[in-house]
Amino acid sequence: MAELKLPASEKTIRDLSVGDFVELSGRMITGRDEAHKWLIEEQRDEVVPYLKDSVIYHCGPVVGENEDGSYDFVAAGPTTSIREEPYQADVICRYGLRGVIGKGGMGAKTLDGLARCGAVYLHAVGGAAQVLARAIPRVEKVFMLEEFGVPEALWVIQVERFPVMVTMDSHGGSLHDEVEERSQAKLKELLGQGA
Amino acid sequence: MSATESYTETFVELIRRASTELPADVLEALQEGRAGEEGGGLACIALDTVLTNVDMAREDSAPICQDTGTPVAWIHYPVGVSTRRLKEDFGAAVREATSRRYLRPNAVNTLTGANTGTGAGRGIPFLHFEEWDEPRIEVRMILKGGGSENVGAQYKLPDGRLGAGRDLEGVRRAVLDAVFQAQGKGCAPGVLGICIGGDRVSAFEETKRQLLRPLKDTNPAPELAELEERLLAEGNELGIGPMGFGGKTTLLAVKIGVLDRLPACYFVTVSYMCWADRKAAVSIDEGGEVQWLS
Repeated sequence: MAELKLPASEKTIRDLSVGDFVELSGRMITGRDEAHKWLIEEQRDEVVPYLKDSVIYHCGPVVGENEDGSYDFVAAGPTTSIREEPYQADVICRYGLRGVIGKGGMGAKTLDGLARCGAVYLHAVGGAAQVLARAIPRVEKVFMLEEFGVPEALWVIQVERFPVMVTMDSHGGSLHDEVEERSQAKLKELLGQGA
Repeated sequence: MSATESYTETFVELIRRASTELPADVLEALQEGRAGEEGGGLACIALDTVLTNVDMAREDSAPICQDTGTPVAWIHYPVGVSTRRLKEDFGAAVREATSRRYLRPNAVNTLTGANTGTGAGRGIPFLHFEEWDEPRIEVRMILKGGGSENVGAQYKLPDGRLGAGRDLEGVRRAVLDAVFQAQGKGCAPGVLGICIGGDRVSAFEETKRQLLRPLKDTNPAPELAELEERLLAEGNELGIGPMGFGGKTTLLAVKIGVLDRLPACYFVTVSYMCWADRKAAVSIDEGGEVQWLS
């Protein structure tokens, strides 16, 4: 398995294909429903340094606060990505993201954005909150904690060998589309509806 | 059970167990699924990660999944026990379990978007009470995550698109469609809780109650036992696989309940439980003695 350092160049990202298993190290940021709406409704310059050439992780963690005011991720698996479909491609292209981590895959608009702006969709194992929290040794900073609450805040985190699978690449490939097509054919067969 | 005794601490422990310790029947089903997957592909990696994660959560007494879901509990109680107090104690336990990080603060004001911060809110936790003749209190709970909740579905038969009439074949067709529609988004491999009949309220409750059943039990109604087995096999034939990566393990179990219906209605209701099928149960006897149930 390859280690992929963040921030990453466009070339590194375009070399990835569906089916690759990679481990991420470096800095990234979490963001889910509220964050995507927030990033699109206005230009958020303060977050740009954390998004540019890095990845956004669809995650609403369980967070512990230490006595010195720092934070730790107690549990941190991915949330379902498709809810961000209306926003994702625009967030990628506007902020220069190189990837998105989540679960369940995304749709045609995002796939097009990945190709256009040079990014990938990385699938983390859903529910694997402990395995993934252990790959997040440090929480650097948080945006919008007060306003959005713990799950929806944008957490800037350091990751070490954070395991993900490439399921949508920058060349139009989508494992999710492939599996859906195959399962649809099988469903029609089981229902006697012909291909 | 003295009049002043609080059940809060017992309920906190119940929630801790649900959130951090995957039940043995679920673990076994996941291990069987892993054994059935071939090669070293993404399905294998996903299930290996899941199994490692389950061990870590138990060792660290930390949430298996960060989406600790909606706590849903069915509480049986003897004559004379105050359900109002049980409700207060369970609510207090949810708040305490949230402050101890067994639960994520998971209740959001739907209008303002503000998180209550306590894990409790309007309609959360969701409790069902039923009086019984036994002298003890029994609480059975699940933690039902949001990703899997989003892929639940309710069909009304007949359904022309699916060619589903008002019979068990129609039920089969609706359920297979639900599994297809869910793909990997409910964190496959999942457990299906199904209700045939009922109304739009009672049916969903029954689907959740079905999730309490041991994964390997047999439905006492032979025609439903047969349908459960067939849907499990056919659901897996769809090839959606762990996380929707493709593979043989799409479902771990299918559980079907039946409620009577109005002449005009024939609902088939499906709740999808993710692989992190978190459930726990406790019995509290008259003397306050606590027994953990599987």
